[in-house]
Amino acid sequence: MNALQQYIDLFDQSQEVFEQQSPELLNRLRKVAREHLQDARLPRKGSEDYEATDLEAVFAHDYGVNVNRLPFEADPGETFHCDVPNLSTCLYYSSNDAFHSSPTAERNIGQVVVEPFSMAAVDYPELMEAHYGRLARMSDPTVALNSLLVQDGLFIYVPDGVVAERPIQLVNIFNAALDMMVQRRLLIVVGNNASLKLLACDHTQSPDYRYLNNQVVEIVAMPGSTVDYYDMEESTPLTRRVSSIYVDQREGSNVLIDGITLTNGFTRNNYHVEVNGEHAETQLLGMTIASGEQHVDSHTFISHNTPRCHSNEMFKYVLNDNAVGAFAGKILVKPDCPRVEAYQGNRNLCGSATAKMYTKPQLEIYTDDVMCSHGSAVGQLDEDALFYMRTRGIGIDEARRLLMQAFVADVINGVRLDALKDRLHYLVEKRFAGTLSNCAGCLASCRKN
Amino acid sequence: MKENEKPDKGNQIIEEAAQAEYKYGFVTDIETEVIPKGLDEDVVRRISALKGEPEWLLDFRLKAYRHWLTLKAPTWGHVHVPEIDYQDISYYAAPRHNKQGEAKEIDPELKKTFDKLGIPLEEQMRLSGMAVDAVMDSVSVKTTYRERLAELGVIFCSISEAVKDYPDLVRKYLGKVVPYTDNFYAALNSAVFSDGSFVYIPKGVRCPMELSTYFRINAAQTGQFERTLIVADDDAYVSYLEGCTAPMRDENQLHAAIVEIIVEDRAEVKYSTVQNWYPGDKDGKGGIYNLVTKRGLCRGDHSKLSWTQVETGSAITWKYPSCVLKGDNSVGEFYSVALTNNWQEADTGTKMIHLGKNSTSTIVSKGISAGHSQNSYRGMVKIAPKATGCRNFTQCDSLLLSDTSGAHTFPVIEVGNDTSVVEHEATTSKINEDQIFYCNQRGISTEDAVGLIVNGYAKEVMAKLPMEFAVEAQKLLSVSLEGSVG
Repeated sequence: MNALQQYIDLFDQSQEVFEQQSPELLNRLRKVAREHLQDARLPRKGSEDYEATDLEAVFAHDYGVNVNRLPFEADPGETFHCDVPNLSTCLYYSSNDAFHSSPTAERNIGQVVVEPFSMAAVDYPELMEAHYGRLARMSDPTVALNSLLVQDGLFIYVPDGVVAERPIQLVNIFNAALDMMVQRRLLIVVGNNASLKLLACDHTQSPDYRYLNNQVVEIVAMPGSTVDYYDMEESTPLTRRVSSIYVDQREGSNVLIDGITLTNGFTRNNYHVEVNGEHAETQLLGMTIASGEQHVDSHTFISHNTPRCHSNEMFKYVLNDNAVGAFAGKILVKPDCPRVEAYQGNRNLCGSATAKMYTKPQLEIYTDDVMCSHGSAVGQLDEDALFYMRTRGIGIDEARRLLMQAFVADVINGVRLDALKDRLHYLVEKRFAGTLSNCAGCLASCRKN
Repeated sequence: MKENEKPDKGNQIIEEAAQAEYKYGFVTDIETEVIPKGLDEDVVRRISALKGEPEWLLDFRLKAYRHWLTLKAPTWGHVHVPEIDYQDISYYAAPRHNKQGEAKEIDPELKKTFDKLGIPLEEQMRLSGMAVDAVMDSVSVKTTYRERLAELGVIFCSISEAVKDYPDLVRKYLGKVVPYTDNFYAALNSAVFSDGSFVYIPKGVRCPMELSTYFRINAAQTGQFERTLIVADDDAYVSYLEGCTAPMRDENQLHAAIVEIIVEDRAEVKYSTVQNWYPGDKDGKGGIYNLVTKRGLCRGDHSKLSWTQVETGSAITWKYPSCVLKGDNSVGEFYSVALTNNWQEADTGTKMIHLGKNSTSTIVSKGISAGHSQNSYRGMVKIAPKATGCRNFTQCDSLLLSDTSGAHTFPVIEVGNDTSVVEHEATTSKINEDQIFYCNQRGISTEDAVGLIVNGYAKEVMAKLPMEFAVEAQKLLSVSLEGSVG
């Protein structure tokens, strides 16, 4: 069986429709993707870097693809709010894979460019030409599939020297009343000494349908730039997500990527960072709180291609019930790259007898003058700490919650936006208490169950 | 001018040291019986016939051979094993015996060889107090102290003799821990294995001396495929040492061994290796390919298996001594120092498979890479869902001595329940310049300082080695590092 075949067949049948609706640039890459997919197979469980994750099974379901780009009537801005209190953002929505801006988006005019590929291909052809598809690896069949079927995407560009005052918030919603797969695609270019803060959150409006989000994000951080990318997932047990984030870091750039999974069905997050400039700094943070049948798999790869750069990774998992967590991280230091500092940590709490954790931290170092380390641990809450709290009159459940919150706190504290930090603490608290429900003021029913 | 000269002089010393020859690289001129190169069913039958083996063992070999034909050599290791032509190797080489004196006298040339290696083959060397089984090429040359061990019921002999004398025991345990289907090299070994040691410690016996096997590849264009089987019955204890050397040759030679260990209730086995196969010359020419499968099964409750290895030799090392912790409260340990220099490549580590409740394991791995070498730690800690209350601690550190060498770690951790705790730590860094400077200040040359620091770094593992071996291993570390500083 080959789950990819159904999508390849779909493409072959309706290639013209795909091409009519997309800029020329996307069509060009589509051809390359088609060649890559010719003999490609999705990885099965147990293959290298997929110890716990069966992508073939994830894609095997017959998902609908919105080939003709039929518009969905509902305006997500009206029914859906995902506000972070005390944080003024420029809000954009993507409903399935179509983008909408909201009134708040106007506020960034003249500074930051946020527009769909169809417009960007006209307004910024050189940038699109230079960067679209440059970082993403077609050797990964999910990336090739995205490139094959993608019809539009979001282009975010911060010109040289511009510091985006307000964070950009991108709310991704699934709101189709059928099983559906979407190809989300983001291209982010942050110019010299520019700065961008981006919050992306994934939501699902209906818990009754199977959704698959196969997304590819390419981030180019030019010399001296700062990029914060917060990627939060709050979806339903039937939602599948395969996300690949590719980063190209130039000299002196500072990139923070924080991946947070609070509720989901199946998630595979790939992070691929190429550090191509000296004095670049990379922070990769991840936090997963999983229960029920949740499955979260993170895969990171940081390649240090120049001397004197610094990276720091920390991924924390809290697993309960039958949740499955997986982490595989690799730090590569290429030959002749002295003075690289690279740290990687993965800490996991298994809170039930049936929760499973797979972890594979890896170092590959080809230069001697470096400081690299990785640490990984799987364990439980400290019995002494629990006992101490109970002697102080705190119930066992409450004590466990407090300790779990403290456990993930350092990932949240890595967030560089105070308001978001507070919001995350609040959400995590509710998540552990099992009362994470509709965000205040939101009409969407993503948290119905 | 003088200042300019200084580094040159330093370089010269380093270069001289770099050319320091491999100490054990001599060849013994001894008549050897070698069967022609090539591998097919006839060769397997011939090896079996030469050794006068029973039918069941021939069957085992043939099954393994047929299975091997269906396999491909693994490529996942971080080593570059070139395509090996398995038809270009001779699978059996034996020093020719003088038929009449076979049992009592060993060839004086052979004895000289083992004397040169410092192996006490003669029983009058009682001071060394170690029972030795010496294996040259494909056969076991001599086992010392057999009688004294026999008084306690300890069986320590070559596996060929064991097949003849204790067929039931061998049949009961052979291939039970490493089946011939395990991997490519294990299948090959099961088909053509020639000799090795067999150890059986009966119930309640604490083996009074260290048992030791010394492996030596002597003949050219042969491979060594030895097989070691150690069984410790209830409440038994044994400490077993293994050492290996080979002559310097330009072509690569293959060493594909299997070690199987079975540990019953409350028994303890300590297995120590000082691996010093010829690593090839400074340009990476020649050397042994050491592709080995070692595994122990802690079958009994409260059993304990401890692997200690010092790896300094071999052009390529591919070796993962593992513990299957089946018994409740069983203990697995793995202590390793792997040093690679010049163009050596080592991919080594361990697997700890926790199946029994409350089983614990410790892994301490120290990698040292110099020259253009690549040194990898690859490990797996797996805790089965039913193995509750397990504990693992892993520490793997890498020390890089040159900017052209590489150090890598590939650990895998799988935890299937919520009462087990697994920890993994790894660091990679360069040798501390402050420490070298401090030693230099005190009149210790840079080369000696590196030797000192490396020995200090590896001390945690060295302390686990039996005394005789620890001294040898310490010297070996310093010698192997010669020429790596600069």
